[in-house]
Amino acid sequence: MPIEKFIKIQSSAVPVKIENVDTDQIIPARFLKAVERKGFGDNLFRDWRYDKSNNPISGFPLNEIKYSGQILIGGKNFGSGSSREHAAWALYDYGFKVVVSSFFADIFKGNALNNGLLPVQVTSDELSEIFEAIDTDTQATFSIDLVQQTFTIDPSDKVIDFEINPYKKECLLQGYDDIDYLLSLKNEIAVFESRE
Amino acid sequence: MSKSMTLFDKIWDGHTVKSIENGPSVMYIDRHYIHEVTSPVAFLGLEKRGLNVANPQKTTATPDHNIPTQDQHLTIQDALSKNQVDKLMKNCKNHNIPLYGLNHKWQGIVHVIGPELGLTQPGMTIVCGDSHTSTHGAFGCVAFGIGTSEVEMVLGTQCIMQPKPKKMRIKIDGVLSKGVTAKDIALYIISQISTSGGTGHFIEYAGSAIEGLTMEGRMTLCNMSIESGARGGLIAPDQTTFEYLKNREFSPKDQKWEYAMAKWALLKTDEDASFHKEYLFHAKDIEPMITFGTNPGMGTGVTGHIPLAASLVENERVTYEKSLQYMGFSDGDKLQGKSIDYVFIGSCTNGRIEDLREFAHFIKGKKKAENITAWIVPGSKQVEVQAQEEGLLAILEAAGFELRQPGCSACLAMNDDKIPAGKYAVSTSNRNFEGRQGPGARTLLASPLVAAACAISGKITDPREYLN
Repeated sequence: MPIEKFIKIQSSAVPVKIENVDTDQIIPARFLKAVERKGFGDNLFRDWRYDKSNNPISGFPLNEIKYSGQILIGGKNFGSGSSREHAAWALYDYGFKVVVSSFFADIFKGNALNNGLLPVQVTSDELSEIFEAIDTDTQATFSIDLVQQTFTIDPSDKVIDFEINPYKKECLLQGYDDIDYLLSLKNEIAVFESRE
Repeated sequence: MSKSMTLFDKIWDGHTVKSIENGPSVMYIDRHYIHEVTSPVAFLGLEKRGLNVANPQKTTATPDHNIPTQDQHLTIQDALSKNQVDKLMKNCKNHNIPLYGLNHKWQGIVHVIGPELGLTQPGMTIVCGDSHTSTHGAFGCVAFGIGTSEVEMVLGTQCIMQPKPKKMRIKIDGVLSKGVTAKDIALYIISQISTSGGTGHFIEYAGSAIEGLTMEGRMTLCNMSIESGARGGLIAPDQTTFEYLKNREFSPKDQKWEYAMAKWALLKTDEDASFHKEYLFHAKDIEPMITFGTNPGMGTGVTGHIPLAASLVENERVTYEKSLQYMGFSDGDKLQGKSIDYVFIGSCTNGRIEDLREFAHFIKGKKKAENITAWIVPGSKQVEVQAQEEGLLAILEAAGFELRQPGCSACLAMNDDKIPAGKYAVSTSNRNFEGRQGPGARTLLASPLVAAACAISGKITDPREYLN
């Protein structure tokens, strides 16, 4: 199905200052039993957000009223482990449109892009600056412009350029998905198959 | 003169239907495996678009992730799990996809049955909505895990779009010491290059220690490639590969077999082909390994100590301390002798017949420690049957163990096989993430041999103490 278009956003951000956030933390396996794509946001970071009795765990950034916004800032190596696309679905369903880290796991990055969730990779120094901006003002905003491929730390006006594959950029800007494109290659795929 | 190519290049380029400038490649997929958890939304997507499955015979389905490992002949008790398994059966029926369901003699963990049935063959591109699809690289395949959107792409078009990864070669030279297995090689590599060291790359494993591995050992090693962040890992096929595949259910037969072998023998990296990154390790440096933290890179030799937090930079230290706190360990602790509660033998990493054999031969004539609850879960129905026929079941039972029924089980604890909060499990699976084996569960990854030694003594133990 077509994905939601992404052009630019300005928002405050939620900092999760933990490295190697694996997809089992983003959405634990016991919540993968649905046969439809809905409601995964409720269980985003389930075991970091809620204790055994389903009470919110204080101190976890998603439970802190002072943090909000459509941007999640994560530590290095975000999204490692399982290929579950439910991780991207859970983040998106919760309301995040952008995930920022100094390093993303490959499968997670692909899954995010296929669902209109923009992964923005920055350097580790830039990541520290972003965390510092939030430490200084929890409601500090950031502006992401996909056309320009820029991530701006608004309080300091610092502009960070980020990379994105030109094909994927176009998909996000236009709201296209890969299947639409693959279906348009029907003849080329048939020719390839006949060569086998 | 033609350009020198790696084995990975040869397979990747040979399956590229189209390259988009500055974009991903359109890759043709030879073999697609599906299971109950990551496929339903893909079928739903196909239906919404009014599409049929392009090549039903190139997809194979089996339920494995959420199924019970006891009383499989009865109705699945968990309503949500049952619904997913029913959905898989219905989707496969509607789209004519071969399915090996719960009571089929070929059912099992998808990455165990593919090779076992000869569906996985050298030179193929193989995908599945599961990161451990890298397992199939053991046969000289480009095999990797995909998300559900991509499962839909393969079902609908037999293709996916992928940026071409960089190439990495990891050589292990020499002879493995007694008590050291493929699992130890995998945990050793990840402890050296970290869980992100392979990111963006596809690994080729080479060197004499790799050539000396059995097919099952090679599968264990390639299976764990994803734990270093790599897209996948492969090993050039050789005589060991061919012997394994000969006479398997779906392997080519007669003249076709001869033709296939001739073709497969060409699947090698050219001598002067280059890689973006190369590592060389020595087999003699590898000990039986065990993990102590909450990612597979946090591992050490079983005789070792937990490294000191003070040696890390601040960002890393915060994550490290959080990890040790979860595990209930302190830095500097000696691992040997720590008491454990559970032992899990199974998963797509170590649930094959050779793993059960290794475990059974080790515990033969000994007794399970009283403080240990052990779950021994075969990777497939065929492994289960073979374990009975070889007499492994009798050995296990005499030592106080029982064999369960095939499935992913406690590796990801989607079924009832959950390690209770706070308990320690020595597990032959692939991930020790927080809560992976159940909320609050504490996982220590190890080989079947290390797990066997722990199951007998009730604490972290070096199997070499028994082997000498």
